[in-house]
Amino acid sequence: MDDTLFEFIHSEIVNYVVDSNIRTKDEEEDLSNLEYIGFSVGYKIIERLTREMPRFKDELDTMKFICTDFWSAIYKKQMDNLRTNHQGVYVLQDNEFKFLTRMSNGKQYLDLAPRYVAFTCGVIRGSLANLGIHCLVTAEVQNMPACKFHIQVQRN
Amino acid sequence: MAVCAAIIGKDNSPKYFTCINPDEELGFQYKVLSSLDVVEEKLNNGTKSGSDSRELYLGLLYSLERHKIYGYVTNTKIKFIIVIDSTNTSLRDNEVRSMFRKLHSIYADNVCNPFYIPDEPINSKSFDKSVKNIMSGA
Repeated sequence: MDDTLFEFIHSEIVNYVVDSNIRTKDEEEDLSNLEYIGFSVGYKIIERLTREMPRFKDELDTMKFICTDFWSAIYKKQMDNLRTNHQGVYVLQDNEFKFLTRMSNGKQYLDLAPRYVAFTCGVIRGSLANLGIHCLVTAEVQNMPACKFHIQVQRN
Repeated sequence: MAVCAAIIGKDNSPKYFTCINPDEELGFQYKVLSSLDVVEEKLNNGTKSGSDSRELYLGLLYSLERHKIYGYVTNTKIKFIIVIDSTNTSLRDNEVRSMFRKLHSIYADNVCNPFYIPDEPINSKSFDKSVKNIMSGA
């Protein structure tokens, strides 16, 4: 996957989704379409990426795969930090999240950040769903370009 | 080489089924579905005993009078089953393994097809053609 093309197509997808929302004039920006696009991408790409992998031992093993091989396949770098409370909550931290590095650091565009992380939340959720882990994924941006992804595994 | 190939989804519902001789299809479906219990058993044992059983290829599931049944489970819990004629003794384990690898690779390609809805039965013609190619050992 070529980096530049990927970034361009991603920002165009973001523009497309955001533009098509203006017509409906919602109070809060609706990014669920963007998240869903990510979900189907993640669901499909994981089949390809895990083809040569041995079977995962457990949930943590899967998360480690997401942080290393998966992240480098998509963003050409690994996650910087992985934390868990061992009860189904995982926090994945990327100190230089690709889609945010092109914006000015600091707080200037902080309110626009959700647009640029929604797709990735979907990708993570989609790939985990195909691996049999159903979860909620949210992103937290406090200081660009760092981004934290919170994964909450649903057990039932 | 192989006489029948099947792809079974996460929830054990059939996604794709093909065999060389259409008249025997029902019999093969029965054999393939009964082999799923063995697959389940192997997967559950795998989580206990660790390292060696983490391979996707499960090996020979069981052999019948006329056929041998092999299994393979992807990380996404999709099961591939291949049935081979017992009279075909020249076929080695490694060749079966490589058949599964090829099958997995075309399956991954098929999932990435934008017209394929995940978890639906597969009815793409080109997929069918490539599976037939793999089964004949090409």
